[in-house]
Order: sequence, then structure tokens, then C-alpha cells
Amino acid sequence: MSKILIVADHLNGHLNGAVARCVSAARAIDGAEIHILVLAADPAALAAEAAAIEGVAKVLTVADSAHAHLIAQQVAPVVAKLAAGYSHVFGPSSSFGKDVMPAIAALLDAPQVSDLMTVEGSHRFTRPIYAGNAIITVEAPADKPVVATVRAASWPATGAGGNAAVEAISVEVSLPTHTQFVELKQGNSDRPDLQAAAKVVSGGRALGSADSFKIIYSLADKIGAAVGASRAAVDAGYVPNELQVGQTGKIIAPQLYIACGISGAIQHLTGIKDAGTIVAINKDAEAPIFEVADFGLVGDLFTLVPELEKAL
Amino acid sequence: MKILVGYKRVVDYNVRIQVKSDGSGVVTDGVKLSPNPFDEIALEEALRLREKGVATEVIIATIAPADAQAHLRNGLAMGANRALHVVSDQPVSPLEAAKVFLKLIEKEQPDIVLLGKQAIDDDANQTGQMLATLWGRPQATFASAVDVADGAATVTREVDAGLEVLKVQLPAVITVDLRLNEPRFIKLPDIMKAKSKPLETLPLADLGVALGGGLKTVSFAPPAKRSKGVMVKDVGELVAALKAKGLA
Repeated sequence: MSKILIVADHLNGHLNGAVARCVSAARAIDGAEIHILVLAADPAALAAEAAAIEGVAKVLTVADSAHAHLIAQQVAPVVAKLAAGYSHVFGPSSSFGKDVMPAIAALLDAPQVSDLMTVEGSHRFTRPIYAGNAIITVEAPADKPVVATVRAASWPATGAGGNAAVEAISVEVSLPTHTQFVELKQGNSDRPDLQAAAKVVSGGRALGSADSFKIIYSLADKIGAAVGASRAAVDAGYVPNELQVGQTGKIIAPQLYIACGISGAIQHLTGIKDAGTIVAINKDAEAPIFEVADFGLVGDLFTLVPELEKAL
Repeated sequence: MKILVGYKRVVDYNVRIQVKSDGSGVVTDGVKLSPNPFDEIALEEALRLREKGVATEVIIATIAPADAQAHLRNGLAMGANRALHVVSDQPVSPLEAAKVFLKLIEKEQPDIVLLGKQAIDDDANQTGQMLATLWGRPQATFASAVDVADGAATVTREVDAGLEVLKVQLPAVITVDLRLNEPRFIKLPDIMKAKSKPLETLPLADLGVALGGGLKTVSFAPPAKRSKGVMVKDVGELVAALKAKGLA
């Protein structure tokens, strides 16, 4: 029988939404018993959130001030020590999951499945390569724990309604002191989280400046959407890095994605192809974004975006 | 201070990848190969640290078949002092690559290992983290700024919430993100100069790293295609279409 440990990602006292998506992936493995591990300075409230996710059998908590900020090399030894009792160790494909899971895999001398998309069996999965232009089926060795990051956009969030037991544990392991957290510069946004939002409005290079980007924010606020951007817009400094959508940015799956002035490089398209409905607004009728858009509108975004805002 | 840079050869990022019709792989015959873009950024950062006087020597390393010498000459032309070519005809998994790099670390004793955060072929994003772990040293992944002073590196990292700053004691592994720098162009005289730079060949078998323990790739498939939608003529038509889908 499969026993799966999910490493919780969290920030500012809340679980990352991708954790509930990890649970969905874990539940796709027949008969799996699912535990969530929360490492934090004060894990109680986080544990309560984790325990409410449906299908979770147990929540393990480790309270340690060393985990006030999740530092990969300080988290990995704890998880690796606990992994002995599990057939699988999963984490979300968030920036923390990508940082820590390979460290756990290395401690377990196990290969890692990155960006797990579908479960084909307890040791057989699919994952994307080449910016999602090919999907491979991989088989993990049977004699090692399966370590994986779960591609959040491929999985729905498991609902609440669970009532898992919470168990505080302590793990005897020495943690390295070679890494020091200095600070986190967070975007101050009251807008919905890009990776969890049902609707996303994105802007590209065609916006031309940080100031012009306000038409994107304005449309987003009107419809309660998160704001995203192409790499070109981030590179040009119009918006901060955490808004980048694509192969090396965030992979998202909103119900509605509105791309404004984004031509649609393959690296961007790989970040949005799980979206429910894609709308593209671009002045170039030949832009590749129109190949994947459900609704395309050719024209000047500085006219069309405000017009759309008024009409919605 | 020595810096070791991972410098992988991959299918060029502009190539449209095609999956073979029998699902046995992707078409690589005759496609353009280039340095992994993230690795070029890693090399550029190492060169800048050398130019600032922080580092004295920049060594590039790759694990690749025997025909990868021209690839390494490219990195030497960009400015690396010398190159290590671990020759393997078999593909290596990220964990195996990390084990090979650990052997190179034992040989070279670098203070900083700079790697791309991921290679754009397998998109695994694992090797740097695995290497730091096996080495028992710090990792600072997804770097968008690196400042080295007094035996430590202060690294700004691109994370989901914004920018995180970590200070790591050296030696350490740093993996780089896209916005760290813009790699320089190679000049013709540098290509000539690179021909005489040292390039050491190390058969993988001599390093004592066993291969074959990784994931087994069973099959390849093209991704599900989104069908092309419709063009609407104006905002009114777009809003009507969104309303019909319950999205407005």
C-alpha cells in the first residue's frame, strides 16, 4: 500500500494553495494513505488548515524557530529522516517545492519526478519536458521512495471537509547553520494570488511602460482577477518578477485568461495552456497567441482594454 | 577564488520540438544545439566575478558525448579559463549529474559552483539542489542578484512571493535565473584564443559514478492541443461570448 508524505509550503501563516492540489495527485494513487508535514515556527494554525483538506489521514507538525522561513537545506534533513516510513514524498511545484524536493531526493538517493502531471500507477507518472512540447511517461524505481513535485496547474484543489488528526512530533537531526535568511521583499498586493485566481489578466511588451500597465490592473480589478505578465514585460521592468507566467515563471490554470499585447512565445504558452478559456487581444493578427486563444480580438489594446473594462 | 560552472549542451530554445511518431523520443537529428541559456547566464556571472577581482579562475564543465568539444570551446571563447569534459555517451539523470559534479568539486575545490536553475531540455530543475545536498554545502537557487564578500554570498532569489535574500557561507552552490545578467556576445579574436585554452577530458567511467538508477522513460507523447478558437470582431461580441460561457 502507498503511504504518501506531502511537504507543506506556507507563507504568512497560510498554506500555499498548491498543497491541496498535491493532495489531489496523491489521491490518484490507489489506496494511498496521505499525511501532510508542516514545518514552521508555530505550526498550529497551518496544521488546522491542512487537517481540513479532504482525504488527508494525518497532519504531522514540527515546531522549530529554524523553520520560520523555509530554507531548503534546513527542511530537507527533517523530511528525509521521516521519509523512511513512506513510499512517496510529494511537494508542490512552487518555488519552495522546487528548491527543497531535490535536496530530499538526494538525501534519499532517489531520482525525482519534476512537475508530475498525471498518475498512471503508483510508480508511473507523466511529466512535461521541452517547455511542455513533449510529455513523457516515466517509471520510478520500486526500491526507492518516489520523490516528486506536483505540477499544480494539472490538478484541482481537493476540497475542505476533512478532519485529520494532528500530531506534533520532534525529529532528531542536526540542521546546518551555513544559510541565513535575510529578508523577503513581497509585492504588496490586495489582488488575488496569480496561481490560485479564477481569472487572470496579463500584459506583455506591447504595454510599453510600467505606467501603461495600469490599464491591465484596472481591468483586473473590475473583474476580480489576478495580474500576470509575459517575460518580456518583466524583463523590461514594467512589473515585478512574481507576475511572470510561463516555462520559467508561474504555470497557471485559471478559468479565464485574458492576454493583452502578448505575442505568445512557446515559453509563455506553456504557462497558460491549462487555462479554461483564453482571450487574446493583440494588434498583430498573425501573433501565435491566436493559435491557442478561444476568443481572439485584433486591435489596439489601449482602446480595447478600457472598452472591455467598461463592458464587463 | 575558483568558480566551477555547469555548461550543458541542449536543443536550441528556438527549435520547435517534435515528438517522433512512434513515441520513442523527440526528433534531434539535425536540430541546432546550443548552450543551455541558464548556463550561459551562470558563466557570465562567473566571468563578472572574475573581472571584479572576486574570482581568479573560471572552469566550465559538461557531461556529454565526445562531440561536445566545440560546445566547450564556445564557453572558453566566452571567457572561461579552462574546461572539463566528462565524456558519456549515455544520458545522465540530474542525480547522476550531481554525483559527477561532486567528483569535479573534489578534484578542483571551487569556492562557488554556478549552475543554471534548469536545463531547457528536461526542465528538471534538480541538479544544483542535489549537488549542494551531496556536498553538504548551502544552496541559493533561482538567483537574480549575487554579491560575494568576506567568505559569503548574498543572493537575491526569485520566489513565488517576490524576492528572497539569503546569505550563504562559501563554498556554496548557486543556481541562476533569467534576470541575473545578460550574457556577452563572443568576439572573433576570443574564438581564436579559445583554441589554445586547456580542455581536459575525463571518461565518466573513471569517476566511479554508476549510471542507470534514475527514472525510466517509457514513452514520449505530444502535448494535448488546444483547438483554435474564433476571432471576434469587437468588444461587444467578445463580452457576449464570455457571457455565453458564464465568464462575464
